[in-house]
Amino acid sequence: MDCILFLQNTRGLRSQLKDSVPVAGLCPQAGPYGIQDTLRMGFSSVKNELLPSHPLELSEKNFQLNQDKMNFSTLRNIQGLHAPLKLQMEYRAAKQIQRLPFLPSSNLALDTLKGTDESIGFEDILNDTAQCEVTGEPHIMTEYKLGLL
Amino acid sequence: MNNFPETCATKQLNSVTTGHGTAITEIPTSLRPNRSGKKNRLSVDMALSHVFETPVSGFNFENSTRNILLENVLDEGKTKAPKPLKTGTTIAGVVYKNGVVLGADTRATSSEVVADKTCAKIHYIAPNIYCCGAGTAADTEKTTDLLSSNLTIFSMNSGRNPRVVMAANILQDILFRYRGMIGANLILGGVDCTGNHLYRVGPFGSMDKVPYLAMGSGDLAAMGILEDRFKVNMEVEEAKTLVCDAIHAGIMTDLGSGNNIDLCIITRRGVDYIRPYQESEYKQRRQEKYKYKPGTTPVLTENIVPLELELVHEMVQTMETA
Repeated sequence: MDCILFLQNTRGLRSQLKDSVPVAGLCPQAGPYGIQDTLRMGFSSVKNELLPSHPLELSEKNFQLNQDKMNFSTLRNIQGLHAPLKLQMEYRAAKQIQRLPFLPSSNLALDTLKGTDESIGFEDILNDTAQCEVTGEPHIMTEYKLGLL
Repeated sequence: MNNFPETCATKQLNSVTTGHGTAITEIPTSLRPNRSGKKNRLSVDMALSHVFETPVSGFNFENSTRNILLENVLDEGKTKAPKPLKTGTTIAGVVYKNGVVLGADTRATSSEVVADKTCAKIHYIAPNIYCCGAGTAADTEKTTDLLSSNLTIFSMNSGRNPRVVMAANILQDILFRYRGMIGANLILGGVDCTGNHLYRVGPFGSMDKVPYLAMGSGDLAAMGILEDRFKVNMEVEEAKTLVCDAIHAGIMTDLGSGNNIDLCIITRRGVDYIRPYQESEYKQRRQEKYKYKPGTTPVLTENIVPLELELVHEMVQTMETA
């Protein structure tokens, strides 16, 4: 039964994989110690890494990116090339406003540009990054960020 | 996928592959010092396990593989994961001359057991919009809360009362995004500047604009009553009786609906939320008193055994009082 489910999923997923941003391994088999985490991920298999186990996993991972792609291409068709170019330039500039590598950032400028400061979705309630209980080791994170690792 | 919050997610160039076969998108070039091509691969691999990637906000699908494996292993697929609490409902709505009447029963079931006898299924969305929800209880609750928050932000920004069609559109967007995984069947009713409206929104994002409506597991019986006696431009008392009878028919014929009936009458002037409008006639009434007087049971014998305790270890810790 499982293989039929995956077959149906691949047909739909192949089109999704083609057009959307490529993902690099849905289910990283490495656990916190760098080896296969059999308890949580099960036995390692190529199928697990390539195909998602939940039908929504792939679409949710790329949802924001696909929305942006759609909106920018519509904008380009209506108003010409410069409109989405200018907007993307502003997004890129706002995305670089961050705090130290191990601290969470509020992304206020980016939120205001995107308009998500005026709406609430599941990404604001569930798994809020500002309230994450775990944080990376500050020195390691800074060294990695600066390429000294 | 390891993704630092500050990296641009659409970057596909310059990805560094580690020994585990996962790709890490590179940090922006402006912040990157000159890197030599050769690096001690082993130290990078070991140290990378300490590098923490912030989790993506929103739904987390980490456990779905584990859940599928568990279901396959336990009892060869016979044991399933625990079912979420469904409402198993009858909800109905009717547009009348001066507004909208929404009605709902108050039973919430968890498989074959009644989990909640006084469940509130009519949710507040805006001062002029209310919503009845059928399906999974948590899903309807959270989705209507989200909708209500978004509409409040909108009305604070623009200074206007929200319209029912806006609420229906926002719901459609949310529910379609999750392809029916959020099991919320909703009846949206409200009065705004354009008139009295009643919308049905399905869990996959379908929308229907209708003058009368019933949903839930008891909708067939309720729909029968509505189809028979609905008239356009009814008076308020007639509309209330009609909705109450429709819900009552659902309660009588469906096991998943029961207990009391709640009504919500929305007009241009305001909202009248009557909870309960009609109580169930099968409420438990005790026939007699079932308490016994003290001394009813005679004591035959009494046997006292003292519990002997042995001192095993004693430790005295003096407190510094300085």
